[in-house]
Formats: sequence, structure tokens, C-alpha cells
Amino acid sequence: MVSMLAQAWAIAAKDLLLEFRSRTAFLSALVFTALVLAIFNFARDPTAVSAVDLAPSILWITFSFAGVLTLSRAFSLEKENHAIDGLLLSPASRTALYLGKTAANLVFVGAVEAIALPLFALFFNVPLLDVLGPLVLVIALATVGFVTIGTLMSSMAVNTRFGELILLVLVLPFLVTPVSAAAEMTARIFAHRPFAELAPWLKLLAAYDITFSVICTLVFESTVEE
Amino acid sequence: MTARESAERALRRSGLWMAVGLLLVAGVYVRALVFTPQEATQGLAQKIFYIHAPSAWVAFLAFGIVGVCSALYLFLKDPRLDLFAASAAEVGTVFTTTVLVTGPIWGKTIWGAWWTWDARLTLTLFLYFIYLAYLVLRTAVEEPGRRARYSAVLGILGALLVPFIHVSVYLFRTLHPMPVVLRPGKPELPGSMLITLAFSFTVFTIFFFALLARRYAWARLVDARAQGEADHADASR
Repeated sequence: MVSMLAQAWAIAAKDLLLEFRSRTAFLSALVFTALVLAIFNFARDPTAVSAVDLAPSILWITFSFAGVLTLSRAFSLEKENHAIDGLLLSPASRTALYLGKTAANLVFVGAVEAIALPLFALFFNVPLLDVLGPLVLVIALATVGFVTIGTLMSSMAVNTRFGELILLVLVLPFLVTPVSAAAEMTARIFAHRPFAELAPWLKLLAAYDITFSVICTLVFESTVEE
Repeated sequence: MTARESAERALRRSGLWMAVGLLLVAGVYVRALVFTPQEATQGLAQKIFYIHAPSAWVAFLAFGIVGVCSALYLFLKDPRLDLFAASAAEVGTVFTTTVLVTGPIWGKTIWGAWWTWDARLTLTLFLYFIYLAYLVLRTAVEEPGRRARYSAVLGILGALLVPFIHVSVYLFRTLHPMPVVLRPGKPELPGSMLITLAFSFTVFTIFFFALLARRYAWARLVDARAQGEADHADASR
């Protein structure tokens, strides 16, 4: 168990180091997020819909799409020079490979979100500081949800024709639960509603995270075995 | 008997079942339109239930089969399970299409809107999306072993996703008519309508399995032919 976590950590560290050296994917994800936020401002009628009413939808459309688009990076990286074969031949277990890739993706998406969130508050004039605690919890839970499923799907999509497009078709149905739960909770958090109103969504999201992180870890082996 | 001959025989046999299934479906129409009383408030529009509800049942049944066969495939690695799951997914997609077409026709008459984001409508729509993703994924992978593994993974995850979508959409308010048969206490539906509904459920289930058997036999035949061609190419080399 300990050695598996160490292997997972080594794989995650390798991925993050690669990303840190070039920063191409990170910067493009960040610019993409900023662009989507900016375009959203022009995709609404400011006299009819106030920014605060639309804020939860904007936040979650932006985060989930930026998240899914960056997920393909984890395995397309390994396609170059058949690096994936090296990883599969190494003593690291398949489970460690999946956990490592997921951890690196979580850090990556989390970093994009950490920069995009203040930008979102700035663009749409949403007071963030007094709701930061619950909001970060919701973002963390939803991000874990779509990153676990997305990492698994991207390991398959990378080996298909039109991989990036296929990844979206595979992952988007799975976003219904995390995105609807996160958007509903975000709306209630912005409206300063009592915690009891969040509870059913919170439970659902937690159950989703647990179920899919367990099952994705279990079935991952089948997506890479050759 | 070669694999190809047995597949050809299964295909012929399934043709017979198809004919029986189609005749029975015609029987459902006759029974529903001629021998079942009209519903007092909904009138003729209610007749669509005898297609809509059993199709929905069959669509979810097919999805269950995809999930179970997918899970078994990952353990047993029997290519027949993969073919069976793929066949169930295709036939299930057809029935889901039926649900999504007949539903709005009834909805426009009774609710006044073709579509609402009601819990069951949304669930069925997303079931459809998962089916489509499954079928799209199968076309995007060339190598049969890999295609089978990938589809199995998606089949399992999709089956697990359905209850989650159900709960998510249920947390929004639902407009769909509440169940009138499978509910605590005595069924509310009058006897003659209940018999027609039960008849249509049975018939659609038979029809579904006939279609599934035919699709599966067809898939086996395509496989056997591809295998035969490969053997032939090897022999002539």
C-alpha cells in the first residue's frame, strides 16, 4: 500500500514537473478559462439578467469545460515516443498509475481554478470573501468528481480516432451530477441560504465521488492492458 | 458445424421470433385501440401509453443487460459477451428513441409542451446520451479486443451513473404522472386498461428479445465472416 502510494506520487511528480518546465498546457488552460469568462459577459443581456443570477452557471460551465479539455493532456503526453509502454513496463502498478495521473490532474485543474476564481469574482462583481469556505468545499468535491471520471475516460479516448471530441462525448453525461449539484449549491451559497438546503446535494456529490473514485480505480486496469 | 453455419442458423431462427414479435405488437395496437375503453380526461392521447411505457421499460432493461454483460466481460473476457452487450445497446437505443418520440407527442396534448425538464424525461434523455456515447466509442476503436474492453468500462460506468442522474434530477421538482400500477396499495388503473398495459409490457419484452437475438446473431455472423476471410488470407499466403 505504502509502496503503491509512493509510486503514484512519483508518477504525479513526474507529470507536474514536466508541466512546470514547459507550462504550455497550464497557460493555455488559464487563457481559455479567462476567455470563456469574458465571452460569457457578452452572451447575456445585462439589462435583463443580472450577473449575480447567472454567476453559478457561468462558474460551472467554465470550470467543467476547462477541466475536461485539460484532462486529455495526462495521457496524450504519454503517447509521444510510446512513453506509456515505459510506464506500463515499470514496476509501478496500474492502480498507482491511475492514482498518480488523477492526482496530477487534480493539482493541475485545482491550480487553474484557484486563479480563475478571483478572476470570476472580479469580472462578475461577486463578493467572494464571506462565502469562500463553503464555496471552496463545493469546488473541491465537484472537481474530484469530474477529474476521477475524466482521467479514466481520457486514458481510453487518447487511443481512439478524434480523441478529444470522443472524450467530450464520453465525459459530458457524467458531468450532470457534479455540475448540477455544484451549481445548485453555489447558487444557495451566494444567496446565503442555511446549510440544511445544501445537505441533500452535498450528500449526493459525496456519494458520487466515493462511488466513481472506487470503481474507476478498479476498472482502470482494463483500459491500459495490452 | 462451423461458427459461420451456427450463426446463420441462429439468424434464421431469430427471423421467426421477429415475425411472432411483430404480430404480437400488432395485437397490442388492436387491443389498445378497439377493445380498451377510452380514458375519461385524456381521451385518445392516453393510448400512446401502451407503446410509451413498455418501451421505457425495455430501454432500461436493455441498459441493465449492457451493464451486466460489460461487468462479466471484464472478468471472463469472452468476446460473445461483448457482442451481446453491443447488440443490447443498439436495440436499447431504438426503444429509447421510441420513448423520446412518443413522450413529447403525448406531452404536447396533455401538458401543452413538447418537452419539460421533468425528472423522468431528463433521465431518459441522459440514458440516450450514454447509449450514443457507447455506440460512438465502438466506432472509434479499430482493434476488437481494445474495443471490447473500452466498451465494457463505459457500460459499467454508465450503469452506475443512471441512479445518480435519477437522484440529481429528482431533486428538482417532477411533473411526470405518478405511477398508477406499481405503487403501494391496489392499482388505480381500471381492469381492462391494466390487462392491455400488462399485455403490452409482455409483448414489448418478447419483441425486444427477438430483436436482440437477431442483432446478436447478425453480429456473430459478421464476426465469423471476418474470421473466415482472415483464415482464407492466411491459407493462400
